[in-house]
Amino acid sequence: MDLTYTPEQQSFRHELRGWLERHVPDHPLPSFDATREGFEAHRAWERTLAGGNWGMVTWPREFGGRGLDLIQWLIFEEEYYRAAAPVRVNQNGLFLLGPTLMEFGTPQQKARFLPAMACGDEIWAQAWSEPQAGSDLAAVRATAIREGSEYVLNGHKIWSSRAVFADWAFGLFRSDPNSERHKGLSLILFPLNAPGVTVKPTVRIDGKKGFAEIFLDNVRAPVAHRLGEEGAGWSICMATAGFERGLMLRSPARYQHAVTRLVELYRRHAHEVEPTTAAAVTRAWMDAESYALSIYATASRLIAGGVIGPEASTNKIFWSELDIALNQTALSILGARAELVPPASEAQEVDSWLDDYLFALAGPIYAGANEIQRNIIAERMLGLPR
Amino acid sequence: MDFSFSEEQRMAAESVRQVLNDHCQPAALRNSLAGNGGQDEARWRALLDTGLAGMLLPESAGGLALTEVDFVLIAEACGYYALPEPLVEHAGIAAPLLAAAGAEPTLMERVATGEALLAIGHPINPLVADADRATHLLLHAQDEIHLLPASAVQLKRQESIDPFRRLFSVSWTPNTSSRIAEANTTPALWNATLDRGALFTAAQCLGLAQRAGDLAVAYAKERKQFGKPIGSYQAVKHLLANVQVKIEFARPVVYAAAAEIGNADAMSRARVSHAKLAAAEAADQAVRSALQVHGAMGYSWEVDLHFYLKRVLALTYAWGHPAFHRARVAARVFEQPLGPDHTFAREHSHA
Repeated sequence: MDLTYTPEQQSFRHELRGWLERHVPDHPLPSFDATREGFEAHRAWERTLAGGNWGMVTWPREFGGRGLDLIQWLIFEEEYYRAAAPVRVNQNGLFLLGPTLMEFGTPQQKARFLPAMACGDEIWAQAWSEPQAGSDLAAVRATAIREGSEYVLNGHKIWSSRAVFADWAFGLFRSDPNSERHKGLSLILFPLNAPGVTVKPTVRIDGKKGFAEIFLDNVRAPVAHRLGEEGAGWSICMATAGFERGLMLRSPARYQHAVTRLVELYRRHAHEVEPTTAAAVTRAWMDAESYALSIYATASRLIAGGVIGPEASTNKIFWSELDIALNQTALSILGARAELVPPASEAQEVDSWLDDYLFALAGPIYAGANEIQRNIIAERMLGLPR
Repeated sequence: MDFSFSEEQRMAAESVRQVLNDHCQPAALRNSLAGNGGQDEARWRALLDTGLAGMLLPESAGGLALTEVDFVLIAEACGYYALPEPLVEHAGIAAPLLAAAGAEPTLMERVATGEALLAIGHPINPLVADADRATHLLLHAQDEIHLLPASAVQLKRQESIDPFRRLFSVSWTPNTSSRIAEANTTPALWNATLDRGALFTAAQCLGLAQRAGDLAVAYAKERKQFGKPIGSYQAVKHLLANVQVKIEFARPVVYAAAAEIGNADAMSRARVSHAKLAAAEAADQAVRSALQVHGAMGYSWEVDLHFYLKRVLALTYAWGHPAFHRARVAARVFEQPLGPDHTFAREHSHA
C-alpha cells in the first residue's frame, strides 16, 4: 500500500494542468441541454480536447486515447474539475458505451465507433428505458426484427439524456419477439437521424430539454451495429450499468470540488448560519473523501486484475445521497435567497447551487433507482433470497 | 499509488482470523464468561503464539518492525470476533508507545512475546482497560508518562455493560524512577498513541459492523414469517443493504488512515478521526439494524448479537469522543487546502 503519487503520475498531472489552463474557455459554455448552439459549443470543446489527445486518456492510442491506467484517469478527472472545464457532453458515449464496446465490440466496431466518440464527432445517447420499462428494465417491448442483413427497429424509448441533439443512440431491443424478460434482448446502435426516428424533447423540472423520447418506426439498422451476440443484450447492459455505477459515471473529484465551493460559501456566511451548519459542511467533506478513497481502492483493485461486481451498487447509493446532502447544505446557507434565479439581481451567490440541487434530486432515480440498487446489494452481495 | 494490501498482509490477517474462528466464536465467549470472567488462557496463548504481540516493535526490541497497515486487518478481525483479550491495546497501541519512549531491552523482549503485558492510561480515556492482567502500566501524570509495575498500583474495577470489558480506575504515586517521558517529549508520544488507539478502535468497529451485518443476514435467511424467509422482504433487504453501504464507505477510510498515520500531521490526524467516526457510525447502524432484523429474539440474552452491540457502544466513546474527532476533521477542512489534489497530500506548512 502506497498512497503517494509516483513522479510519472505527478508529471502527468502537471502537464494536464498546464494544458487545461491554456485551453479551458474563460467563460462557461451555454447549456448543452437548452439549445443546439450550446450543444455544438460543447462538441467544439470535445474536439479541442481531442486535439490535445485528452479525449479519453484510458483508451488505447489507436482509438484516440493515451493507453493510461485508472489512477491516471482519476488524476485526469481531478484536474478536469479543478479547471472547471465544460461538462462532457458525450458522457453517455465515453463512460458507458465506450467501456462496453471495448469489452464486447468486434475489432471493426471499435475502429468504427471509438475514435469518432473520443473526438466528439459522434455524440451518444442511451435508449434503454420505456414508458412501461423503468426499474423493470427487462420489460422492454421495443423490437428489433431481423430481415436479412438488417434489423427493423420499432418502439418507444424515453428518458434519453442528450438525445435531443445527439447523433447516435445505443438501444435495448427485443430481437426475439417470442421471448420474455431477460432473454431475447439485443443491444443495437442506431443514428438518431435515421429514417423513421422521431425525437421529442422532454422538459425537465428545471425547464431545460435535458432528455427526450425516441419513437422508432421501421428504422433499419445493419446487423453489424448489434453489440455482442443476438440475445445477449441483457448481460451486456448489466456490464454497462456496472461501469456506470462502479467507476466512470460520477468522479469523486466532482464532489470534492463541490465541497471546496461549499466551504467557501460557508466561510462567507459563518456568522449568520445555525451552529449545526459547520458539522454539515464537515460531513460533506468526509463523505466526498470516503467516496474518493473507495474509488482509489477500486481502481487499484482493477489495475491488479480485479473486476467490478455488485458492490458497484453501493457506490451509486453513496454518491447520490452525498450529492443531495451537500447541495442541500449549500441551499440552507443561502437561506431565503436560495430560490433566486437569473436575472434576479440578488441571485448571484446562488451560482449553480440551485441547478446542482435539482440535478442531485435525480441521482437516486437515474442509472437504476436506489431501491433497485438496494435489492442488488441484498441479493447479490449479501445473498438474501429473492 | 497503490491502495491495496499485499498478499503477505492478507495472509497474516487470515491466519489470525483462523485462530479467532477456532477460539472466539460466541459459544467460546459464553464459556469464558461462565468460567473465567470472560478471559480464556488457551485463546490468548494461541494468539501470542502467532507472534502478534511484537508486530509493531522494532527488530532491536525483538519485534517484527511491521506497520499499522500490517496490523489494521488484524484489529478488524479482533472486532469481528469481539475478542475479549487485550491484543489490540497491547500490541497495537501500548507496545509501540513503550518502544518509542524507551525501555530496558529485557522488558521490551518480554513485551514482544506478550510475557509482559501492558495496559495504558491515556489522558483521553478516563479509565484503564485490562489493567488487572497487565504486568506493567503506562500512566500519565501532568505532562509526563510513567511506567509502573502492577505491584505499584491499586485498581478498582468499574463494571461495564459489556461483560468482556475490564475497566479500572488506577491509584498510584508518580516518582522520578517511574518516569519514562518528560514534558518535552510527552505530547508527541501521547498524540501518536491517541492516533493508534483511534485507528485500531475504528478497525475493530469495522469488524463489529460486518459481524452484526453477517449475523442479521444469516438470521434473515433462516427466520420465516408469512411463509417466507424475512430476508426476502424488501423492507428487510433495504435495511441490511444500507448497513453494507455504510461499511463499504468506512472501510477505505480506515485503511487509508493506517497508511498515513505515520505522517503525524493535520491531514493524517483528520484521516484517523474520520476513520473513527465513519467506522463507529457504520457499527452503530449495523448493530441496531441487526437487532431490528432479529426482532424480539435479538433483545434476548440467548441470541449473541448483544455481545457485539455492547462492544460497539463501548468503543464508540473510547479513544476520543466523536465530538473530539469531529473537531479534528473540522480543523483540517477549515484550515488546510481542499480539493482532490490534496487528498493524499501532507500538511501544508505556512512559510
